[in-house]
Amino acid sequence: MPVFTARIIVTLRSSILDPEGAAIEHALHELAFSACTDVRVGKYVTMNVEAESEENARIIVDQACRKLLANQVMEDFTFTLEKAHHEPA
Amino acid sequence: MKFGIVVFPGSNCDHDAYHVAKHVAGQEAVFLWHKSTDLEGVDAIILPGGFSYGDYLRAGAIARFSPIMKEVVRFARSGGPVLGICNGFQILLEAGLLPGALLRNESLNFVCKYVHIRVENTDSIFTRSLFKGQILRIPVAHGEGNYYADEKTIQDLEKKNLVVFRYSTDAGEITHACNPNGSVNNIAGITHPTLNVLGMMPHPERCAEDVLGSRDGLGIFQSLIRWYRSSAANAAKEEECLEI
Repeated sequence: MPVFTARIIVTLRSSILDPEGAAIEHALHELAFSACTDVRVGKYVTMNVEAESEENARIIVDQACRKLLANQVMEDFTFTLEKAHHEPA
Repeated sequence: MKFGIVVFPGSNCDHDAYHVAKHVAGQEAVFLWHKSTDLEGVDAIILPGGFSYGDYLRAGAIARFSPIMKEVVRFARSGGPVLGICNGFQILLEAGLLPGALLRNESLNFVCKYVHIRVENTDSIFTRSLFKGQILRIPVAHGEGNYYADEKTIQDLEKKNLVVFRYSTDAGEITHACNPNGSVNNIAGITHPTLNVLGMMPHPERCAEDVLGSRDGLGIFQSLIRWYRSSAANAAKEEECLEI
C-alpha cells in the first residue's frame, strides 16, 4: 500500500494570547529584527501514513488531529501530505 | 467510604491523596492503575496531580485515553464523584467531562506557592462542608493552569454558578495581582451542572494537616464524606421503605 508523509502544524488559535510567541517577538525586537511581528509558536509533527490513496490518508490524518494531536478548544491544525520517500520495510 | 486514586505513569500526587483519604480522613483508599478497567467498588475517584505521560503533546492529552478513563467517564456520568486535581483537572478537560482548556501560565513560569482561593459554590458535593465566600489558603504547583474557554462557555459557567473556586486575596478580593496563571475571571476550579465532577488547579491534598502549614484542603475531603454518609443514609431509608 502507498505510504504518505504527513507534516502537521498545531498552533494556538489566533484569538488566544500566545505568551511564548510574545516573549520571542520581544527578543527579536531587542535584536533589531523590528520587521518581525505576530510571532506564534506551535508544534510540528511528522508521521507516515499507509493508505490506499492520498484522499484516504487525508481523512486519517484529519481524524488523528481532531481526536488527539490538537485540542480544538485552544488549537488549530494544518497539514500537508506527500508521497513518502522511503517506504517502510 | 472508599476512595479510588488513579495512578498514571508520571502521577506524583497520588500518594498524598491516598494519605489524606486514608490516614487523615480515616477512610478506605485504593490505588487504581491506569491500565485497569476495574473501579473496585469505590465511592469516589481522584485523578491526582503530576505529569501523566510526561505531559507529552499536551498535559492530560494521552492520559485521557488510558483504559481506566472509559470507566471513570462512565462512573461520572452515572453520578459518581470525580475530583481532578492539577494534572487531574487537565485530564478531565481533555476527556470532555468539564469544558475549556488549561493554557500555559501567562507568565510562562512554573508557579509553585501558596495562594488564596474563594469558595463560590457550596452546592457541589466537594464543597458542602465549606461556606460561600470562605477563603482557603492552598498551594498551587503548575506550568499550565491558565483556564481558558470561549466567551459563551464562560458566560454559561458563570450564569449557572459552576465556578467553584476563584483566586483571591486573603481578604477575598478578586484581583489580577492574586491570579497566579492568568485564568479567565480568576477561575481556579469548576464543576459540572450535575455537581459531581470538580476540576481544580490548587492542591487540597497538600494542605490537610496542621503540620503542613494549612489544613484548608481537608474540607473538600470532609464534604465528600458528608455527601457519602447522607447518600448512604438515604439508600438505607429507601431500603427500609421497600421492606415495609
